[in-house]
Amino acid sequence: MISSVPRPRSMTSAADNIFRLIILALACVVLAAVAVYGFILIQGGFAAFTRENSGGFFGFIFGLEWNPGTEKFQALPFILGSLFTGFGALIIAVPLAVAAALFIAEYAPKWLATPVGYMIEMLAAIPSVVYGLWGIFVLIPAVRNFQIWFVGATGVDWQPTGTGLMSAILVLAIMVIPYVCAIARDVIQLVPNDQREAAYALGATKWEVIRYGILPYARAGILGGVILGLGRAIGETLAVTMVIGNASDIAKNLFSSTATMSSLIASQFGEAGGTQLSALIALGFILLILSVIVNLIARVVITKLTPVGTRL
Amino acid sequence: MKKILIASALLGSGIVLAQVNNITGSGASFPFPLYTEMFNAYKTTSGVSVNYASKGSGGGKRDIIARVVDFAGSDAPFSEQEKKDAPAEISFIPMALGAVVPTYNLPGVTAKLKFSGELLANIYLGKVKKWNDATIVALNKGVKLPDTAITTVYRSDGSGTTSIWVDFLAKVSTEWASTVSKGPQSSVKFPVGVGGPQNAGVAGLVRQTPGAIGYVEVTYAKANKLEYGLVRNKTGKFVDGGDLKEIATASDAEILPANGIDSITNSSIGYPVSGYTWILVYKDQKYGTRTEAQAQALFNMLKWMLGKGQEIHNKLDYGQIDGQALKVANRIVEGINYGGKALK
Repeated sequence: MISSVPRPRSMTSAADNIFRLIILALACVVLAAVAVYGFILIQGGFAAFTRENSGGFFGFIFGLEWNPGTEKFQALPFILGSLFTGFGALIIAVPLAVAAALFIAEYAPKWLATPVGYMIEMLAAIPSVVYGLWGIFVLIPAVRNFQIWFVGATGVDWQPTGTGLMSAILVLAIMVIPYVCAIARDVIQLVPNDQREAAYALGATKWEVIRYGILPYARAGILGGVILGLGRAIGETLAVTMVIGNASDIAKNLFSSTATMSSLIASQFGEAGGTQLSALIALGFILLILSVIVNLIARVVITKLTPVGTRL
Repeated sequence: MKKILIASALLGSGIVLAQVNNITGSGASFPFPLYTEMFNAYKTTSGVSVNYASKGSGGGKRDIIARVVDFAGSDAPFSEQEKKDAPAEISFIPMALGAVVPTYNLPGVTAKLKFSGELLANIYLGKVKKWNDATIVALNKGVKLPDTAITTVYRSDGSGTTSIWVDFLAKVSTEWASTVSKGPQSSVKFPVGVGGPQNAGVAGLVRQTPGAIGYVEVTYAKANKLEYGLVRNKTGKFVDGGDLKEIATASDAEILPANGIDSITNSSIGYPVSGYTWILVYKDQKYGTRTEAQAQALFNMLKWMLGKGQEIHNKLDYGQIDGQALKVANRIVEGINYGGKALK
């Protein structure tokens, strides 16, 4: 009798152990890749970080001049360029994207929600060079016309070129919208119907349901999408290069030409050598650190925003 | 299993014995259209396929120093640092000539505008701000120039085009030489203006901005039918950079040194904004695991490029290497050897 009962399997079989080792090894490969990546960037950028002509490490980060002629390489204009364009794009894109997500998830009838959602997702599939060309041929003339009007009205001493910070922010905003919107829509749709029904049962209006029932529940997820969008905006090179004007100067106003870390690396890497190459690699390291910082802040914020009870 | 091993061993030895039919290079994007056409023609005549990755002169120079390619293309000579980094002597073979022209967008102006080097430097320094500035009007009598602000456009990516352009400006303007660049440099800090990527980016910005001036390779300007201006040379003549004879004249005016490296901007005659583009190879081809057959294949390719290959240049608006410069180039190629053994 006893022998016919299936033998209980031990809790860990050999296969389980092997699988665990494989998973561990693969995870370590990812960690090692990041470590090697950081190490190579530091190694390559060491000459630039320690260069006396640029004022050493702090001179490199906080200095304002990038001049291949005198081999003085300082990164602040590009660090600020990346931050301005990245956050500027979010300021424009997030309200639009969240509004679109709410419309799709809560307001639109199904026959309309599907095509609108599809169209917004399509924006993510457009190659960045196309955004860049659209920027050159449509956006830049429009921005320039605005500048000409603005210069005429206020008399400020701007050169109306159309290229610059504002054009880059606008192009990036459009590129970021689909990321933020798609994720926001998904998390809004994932909000349990209990939330909505409970709010309605308390006599809430549609707006109040969204304001108090849905958005607090979904905001951590929405923020995740925003961070993804920020990563996309800071990392974008081609479309930015085509519209930002690529001046190695700090942006003096919203319309002046400047550059971002990504656009400068992409622009100058091919022909660079010696100290300039080292400075570009050092810039890559700063970009890596900046991304890590942004992600860490995002994690903290997401944890704080996640409603109690749904925290894992 | 044994059979497979034997077969692969045979196959392996077969490859070693056979003629080398693959050559790789990388570097300058400026001569890329020319090299593509040349290597297509070379494949049909010799059966050897040449892969050239157009990644920029800097990238090409890095690749040849690291010995990951058979040859590199470059629009600029080595910097002091690169000379130190190179593990052995690298030969520079002049392969083609190119010219850079000032292109502009001035609605209503149909005549080809005339520029002097000094004027171009002052425009790019931001000192000449309007198209009806007295210095522009003085060179272009009879042309009605508008009261439009000048927007200067430059290449945002490092490029041989910028190198030739700023080298010329440095030679004609002491202020440029003391504040921006002393000589050829693939990227500089321009005091004013906006930058666009590649020739297309510069041309796009110029087209989109009334009152803009930019600089592009003449091959690009002609292929895209851009308006471009004439530039005055040392003799006082206003020269059209689109005239290949003028580019050849500029190179003939200067004696090319035995190492093949020379800057011909601001030449006494011919078009003053011209320059060489080079192919870089190790003078002694015996390094690493390189075989004599590989060295021979590279040698044959270079010989062909300086001979029959030069016929392709004019069709694509590149300047040929000829006369004294061609003799120098051939001598440099003949100097290439395999561990001291001459190649033929």
